[in-house]
Amino acid sequence: MIKGAIGRTVRLGIKSLMLHKLRSMLTTLGVLFGVSSVIAMLAIGEGGSVEAQEQIRRLGSQNVILRAIKPPEDLASNRSTRVVQYGLTESDLRRIETFPWAGRIVPVRQLQQEIRVGDRVLNPRVMGTTPDYIEVTGRIIAQGRFLSAQDEASAQNVCVIGYEIARYLFPFEDPINQDIKIGAEYYRVVGTLIPRVPLSNDPPKPGEDVTGEVLIPLNNANKWFGNMQVKIRSGSREMEEVELHEIIVEVEEPNIEEPKNVPRMAAACRDMLRRFHTQVDYEVVVPLELLLRAQETKRIFNIVLGSIAGISLLVGGIGIMNVMLATVLERTREIGIRRALGAKRRHIVVQFLVETVVLSVGGGVLGILLGLAIPFFVERFAKMQTVVTPGAPVLAFGISVAIGIIFGLYPAWRAANMDPVEALRYE
Amino acid sequence: MADQASGGQVPVVASLRDVRRLYRMGNNEVRALDGISVDFQRGEYWAIMGASGSGKSTLLNILGCIDRPTSGSYEVQGRKVSELDDDELSEVRGNHVGFVFQSFNLIPQLNLLENIMVPLFYQDHPPEDAEDRAVMLAKRMGLEDRLDHRPLQLSGGQQQRVAIARSLINDPAFILADEATGNLDSKTTEEILELFDELHREGKTILMVTHEPAVGDRAGQVMWLKDGKIDSIETNGKTP
Repeated sequence: MIKGAIGRTVRLGIKSLMLHKLRSMLTTLGVLFGVSSVIAMLAIGEGGSVEAQEQIRRLGSQNVILRAIKPPEDLASNRSTRVVQYGLTESDLRRIETFPWAGRIVPVRQLQQEIRVGDRVLNPRVMGTTPDYIEVTGRIIAQGRFLSAQDEASAQNVCVIGYEIARYLFPFEDPINQDIKIGAEYYRVVGTLIPRVPLSNDPPKPGEDVTGEVLIPLNNANKWFGNMQVKIRSGSREMEEVELHEIIVEVEEPNIEEPKNVPRMAAACRDMLRRFHTQVDYEVVVPLELLLRAQETKRIFNIVLGSIAGISLLVGGIGIMNVMLATVLERTREIGIRRALGAKRRHIVVQFLVETVVLSVGGGVLGILLGLAIPFFVERFAKMQTVVTPGAPVLAFGISVAIGIIFGLYPAWRAANMDPVEALRYE
Repeated sequence: MADQASGGQVPVVASLRDVRRLYRMGNNEVRALDGISVDFQRGEYWAIMGASGSGKSTLLNILGCIDRPTSGSYEVQGRKVSELDDDELSEVRGNHVGFVFQSFNLIPQLNLLENIMVPLFYQDHPPEDAEDRAVMLAKRMGLEDRLDHRPLQLSGGQQQRVAIARSLINDPAFILADEATGNLDSKTTEEILELFDELHREGKTILMVTHEPAVGDRAGQVMWLKDGKIDSIETNGKTP
């Protein structure tokens, strides 16, 4: 019986709304756009932060990265030739090895060398490192193998190159076992690496920047290229002496989900560097901290987006209330008739409330469809990642029901409290 | 007339005792009804007449339980209406009063059948056979082939027939008609008045508020109101 009564009230509500199709449709638009913007904004926000967090996670949330940075130049002492000495040192490396939470430690040296195959020349990042690099950084081999302990021990002239470099240097051949010239030496390619960020399908055109890196055994880097790097800049020569450009420290965590040692390690490294370096020629990057910060940013971002979407929902709700107030006034006579025929106040309240909820839920459902379509097209055409969490449509639906009830209560109350005598006389 | 009361029940369906209704207009007090006492018996056909401003409408509102007297008592089927709250008044209207209005007052978005059934929707325990009853009444009004028509697709006479069917669906204590023929042409007026006569013959109680003497002539009792008081009650002596 109750079910029948509700079903009948809903059908009546729809019938009443159908009396003014255009008006009802326009009214639902407010909620429609509100709800779809909630879903779309959440999806885009979520997508953006997932992307950012993924990038940070790729740096390794278990790692602490120490980097050499060149201190600000002292212009007064800068004559034509001088040696700038900065960066991380072998001693730093040895000190870090003594820290209790240290797992594998990967030193990296960066070389200013151009590489060449035939007449193809590139100026990528050439880095000397140890075999642990691949696992600690979580990079993935595309072809062949990574540098081995044997390469390291015997200082073999082998290298692993980034996929994009391989594609540029050897567009038509298998890059494995090809030789490339780094500086004055020939190196044999033993493997290629999958790029950090997905590449576009088109190969780079001549003159275009080719990203990616070339990795060689650290011992080779030291042996052939030394610590001194020469940069030639408009008339002045500049020499840099850097022992190590980067030290990647993998921290041992008993529980990866709840990292405790990473912050300790970061603090210890910062402390140690502050004590042993006379100038600030280093930075400590903690992906975990970045991750936490990114999550915090995401949270704030979501709140802001949510508030904006919330405002549009509020506007939609006010629009509905406005129309319902007009409807109530317009149907004063009907209210009078119904009251005369035995309707109690609550019957009138329910009737108008149901009508408002039908409006807002109608808008809500269409809004959910539109809200799911927008991220799809954004992803398709703007090439932005979006993530629709399953909670979003449910939340949006709940919100639209709530809007119907909240903004319907007052008009319904007005309707129910009309004096039947006055209402019947209303023209 | 008393023999029509079943089971020895009191045949009075509605009874007013010294009913007053005052309105406050600024600083003035208007006595719309000023001490009305009357009993309406089962099966009677009353015409309530009077010039405009005589208190007809106010009396109608009170009889129909959409307004309450300022003082005095009003009973419907032995229930003291003057002491009921809003919900209980609605209940009395829904169960005991059959309204017929001058402007038909059908609900435009509902079809004929649904309009007839509206009073049942608001009863706490609507009868199971609501639809059958509505169909039967529609047939009785000669509207059985228009059950899914909307009010605006019907003529005035047809609309008023629907309204009369609606007033009968809850088997009311009395039918309360407010200028029921005021919006109809003379031919249709005649048809509708015939219908009321017929209902009267079947034993229904009819209270008709009107200012048309022709309508009043058909009633058994004619109450003339003047300045909120009963001026006279005439009995036409016409037996149903």
